[in-house]
Amino acid sequence: MSFWRAIAVGALVAAAPALLAGEIPSDARRSGYAFMGPDTRAMQDDDTANPGMLFVLDGEALWTKKTGSAEKACADCHGDARSSMKGVAARYPAFDKALARPFTLDQRINLCRANHQRAAPLPYESRDLLALSAFVAHQSRGVAITAGDDPELKPFVAQGRDLFMQREGQLNLACTNCHDDNFDKRLAGAPITQAQPTGYPLYRLEWQTLGSLERRLRSCMSGVRAQAYDYGAPELVALELYLMSRARGLPMETPAVRP
Amino acid sequence: MSLAISSPATADELVPYKIIGDTIPQSLTGTPGDPARGRALVLARTTTCILCHSGPFPEVRFQGDLAPDLKGTGNWWSAGQLRLRLVDASRFNPQTIMPSYYRNNGLVRVGRNFASKPILSATEIEDIVAYLATLQN
Ligand code: HEC
Ligand code: HEC
Repeated sequence: MSFWRAIAVGALVAAAPALLAGEIPSDARRSGYAFMGPDTRAMQDDDTANPGMLFVLDGEALWTKKTGSAEKACADCHGDARSSMKGVAARYPAFDKALARPFTLDQRINLCRANHQRAAPLPYESRDLLALSAFVAHQSRGVAITAGDDPELKPFVAQGRDLFMQREGQLNLACTNCHDDNFDKRLAGAPITQAQPTGYPLYRLEWQTLGSLERRLRSCMSGVRAQAYDYGAPELVALELYLMSRARGLPMETPAVRP
Repeated sequence: MSLAISSPATADELVPYKIIGDTIPQSLTGTPGDPARGRALVLARTTTCILCHSGPFPEVRFQGDLAPDLKGTGNWWSAGQLRLRLVDASRFNPQTIMPSYYRNNGLVRVGRNFASKPILSATEIEDIVAYLATLQN
């Protein structure tokens, strides 16, 4: 069985913590990859055809570029990303002791810029931030997701779960109404997936560019005519954390391709 | 500092309606709707029906399958039942995912552009009711 087939079939990890009511059992979890047609899968599988790989290459160049008034590159502290960053994205969002809250990989990159490179933060969805986070997350491709393990994260996972279950917007729909109760069905033409966050940042054909998980969450919120949370808002971070913990065991795919 | 008397943004007024049994027997506008306009509305993506439903719409390529096919709707539902279903489907089934199309409060985090507005106007509801009632075979 090929690696990508394994993703389609589901989780490879047997040991799973007790499930909450309504949650998808670990052996039934399926990446958005499993819902795509053969052409889109082929595009993701072939690094020379996957447009996300251009961002990964840009990120690799940024990794070794000296930046900010400290004149330091990411590589000056972290060395070779292939070893130092392997598995990191599979654990994010992670708990920060100093801030006493979880933060995303994008936020971590900007914290490193502020504290270690003395550089201005990169705006959300800017090419450089997407390139760096794609490059870092790409080092976890194939690594099983373990985010949410830290006991200090527990209340934040619970907050994210509440948000996932909360009906909102003029259409009064919750994430769970589509992604737990109706995956495999079609919303107009589009297959509804389980909302597994395995491939971010990913190349979305509709966007014609790479985008973050937060961008995806914000568009589902606008879809139900709700006021989307701002990038970096604690609610979006909590949702992201819940989704990652809900995807436990699924392998990372960054940079994935989605329709 | 603002001393001006600000009038708080009030919810757009909805036409009052009376529920009898599982129906709203009276037209919300006092006049019958236009079935041709109703059909066009049901087919428009922005009305949202065909995101979830399919129906006898051969010209529409992408239809949903989260909800029953609308063909034959007029066989088993009266106009009064259809009107209540559109105004507030949760009266039939509190867990339903079908939105309440004529409601403007009690919702969470409604987007700025949609705040205090029902999804459809009374006229649009009547047009759709008139169309659905024609779906008989
Ligand atoms: C009315 C249905 C609906 C609701 C409600 C909804 N979504 Fe989605 N969501 C979709 C559809 C359809 C897609 C697939 C879109 C596509 O790829 O074209 C999707 C895609 C996603 C994805 C991307 C999965 C992947 O493989 O990359 C995530 C993550 C997601 N949704 C999370 C959420 C969250 C969180 C909420 C609530 C804030 C939510 N969704 C609410 C319909 C919905
Ligand atoms: C988000 C999904 C969704 C949307 C959008 C939606 N519906 Fe529904 N609708 C349902 C579901 C699910 C049912 C099945 C009964 C229930 O759960 O209330 C239903 C039931 C119905 C019924 C009764 C059908 C039967 O045979 O029992 C009618 C008529 C109907 N809808 C019309 C509409 C119209 C017209 C619109 C748009 C103005 C619309 N619906 C929008 C989900 C939806």
